Amino acid sequence: MAVPLLKKRLAKDRCARSVMLALTVLSLLLLVAMGVGLYLKSEMILDRYSLWTLLTTSDWKPLKGSFGFLPFIASTLAVTALSILIALPISLLTALYLSEYAHSWTKRVVFPVLDILAGIPSVVYGVWGTLIIVPWIADALGPHFVDYTSGYTVLASGIVLGVMILPVLVSLFIEIFTIVPQDYRDAAASLGATKWQVCRKVILRKSLPGIIAAVVLAISKAFGETIAVLMVCGNSASIPHSLFDPCYPLPALIANNYGEMLSLPLYESALMFAAFILFFIILVFNFASRLLLRRVEKRYKL
Amino acid sequence: MKFFADKFFRALMVLSMLIVFAFLGSILITILKNGWPAMSWDMVTQLPGGGFYIGKEGGVLNAIVGSLYIVGASTVLGLLASIPIVFFINIYLKKESRLASFVRLSFDVLYGIPSIVYGAFAFTIMIFFGLRTSLLGGIIVITLLIIPIFVRSMDEVARQLPKDLLDATYSLGATRFEAIKVAIRQILPGIATATLLSIGRAIGDAAGVMFTAGFTDSIPTSLDQPAATLPLSIFFQLSSPTPEVRERAYASALLLTLIVLVLSIIGRMITYRFSKNKIK
Repeated sequence: MAVPLLKKRLAKDRCARSVMLALTVLSLLLLVAMGVGLYLKSEMILDRYSLWTLLTTSDWKPLKGSFGFLPFIASTLAVTALSILIALPISLLTALYLSEYAHSWTKRVVFPVLDILAGIPSVVYGVWGTLIIVPWIADALGPHFVDYTSGYTVLASGIVLGVMILPVLVSLFIEIFTIVPQDYRDAAASLGATKWQVCRKVILRKSLPGIIAAVVLAISKAFGETIAVLMVCGNSASIPHSLFDPCYPLPALIANNYGEMLSLPLYESALMFAAFILFFIILVFNFASRLLLRRVEKRYKL
Repeated sequence: MKFFADKFFRALMVLSMLIVFAFLGSILITILKNGWPAMSWDMVTQLPGGGFYIGKEGGVLNAIVGSLYIVGASTVLGLLASIPIVFFINIYLKKESRLASFVRLSFDVLYGIPSIVYGAFAFTIMIFFGLRTSLLGGIIVITLLIIPIFVRSMDEVARQLPKDLLDATYSLGATRFEAIKVAIRQILPGIATATLLSIGRAIGDAAGVMFTAGFTDSIPTSLDQPAATLPLSIFFQLSSPTPEVRERAYASALLLTLIVLVLSIIGRMITYRFSKNKIK
């Protein structure tokens, strides 16, 4: 009597196991499928032009058959660099304060604020950018530096993106700082170090690999952000020469032209190539920084 | 000297924290101030009428319903796909298993892939199968997008499962599959938080659905019709030259922000309530 029941239970267990394994493997294949799918789609344009020409020329006239990605790549790099420049000092100091100085009630107030900031949809950031940042640059800041700017600029995109990656960076930094063992802080303090000295010489130095990994993660998030940047970047396919020039990052390029691209196979292939570049860079950045973060965690957690 | 440096940097830290607060305050106030005047009952109960995009009457019900359809369906599908994965790596695989570690790494990476890439990828698949932009396409891409969020945040909780609890279950003769019934009570708060987190991200995503769900002024009645979404509706209204339409974009943005805020508050409350059964 008991034996058939046991057999049934074991069979159920094995069955569940294989279903779960299949689901896991399938979801992992998604990553591979994405890479292969996008690559196959961009093969057409890679056959026509060399990779070097695509990446280093700046003439973008898809209807006449010239596909120079340089303006988009330059815009992406400029906007990303600017956003990190803005977000890094603010988030580093905020995270240090929260993990080293703040009372627990401060944390109880600040963490929900960070959660909310992280949860706001990117389109809302975009609306905020067009209402506050763009007019501010066009009317208040811009005239001091250049004759005319529309406000839809590299600077506006950098600021909006910077604010978007702030909560990501702060929560990653706090996680990294809490890994540093308390003993190190106590030892430094017993030698007469002030809190700031502890922060600078112990916390920051010990968590440097983690900080680098977090920044790389933030970079890859900034790389792929689409809709908010699309709304404030100005969408002009030329290499930006100053902070007050409009720009046109890769995700915005893809999002803006998805409607028209179907008429021209080569155009479609070019846009899929843009998606492939994004995918590839973000894949590499993510793998590298996640592996680095894991090593950091392992070193202290024993 | 060193005390001066300490004070100086402390002040700098407080300042930067205030900057973070100021940004959030500025965003919320801006959306509220610009969105409230254009907010009306018609906004949430009416479909866009003829000439809606040049300032005539109507609302964004099409986008609200479209977003709800997509988010609802993909949340259910996402849960169905990710709960087994989380149990597999936490209960069937050993703690130091290489496969589990690789799976976690892959989901971390998938989590980092931007939604525009998901959108472009799903779009190529849809073309391959001859599908047009549709509700189904939107549901598929959002499901794929939120599975990593589900897995990551549920796994966070599942990893804390006390080993003793599982061992006690096995010692009573339970199979691993049966142990899940015990484990699920411990993971419940994690599932609730993960669900709300995913809904928040799913409802706010624009780049993914842009290619796949398309846009329409009516409510879709079957899976192969295109569907409007709230973020895209905001985006399209905002690019209109008519001031009235842009004001309605602000009102829609206010609506979206409110939905996300309410979700995160409910999330906190649920996490608190479901934590009752949890062994610390």
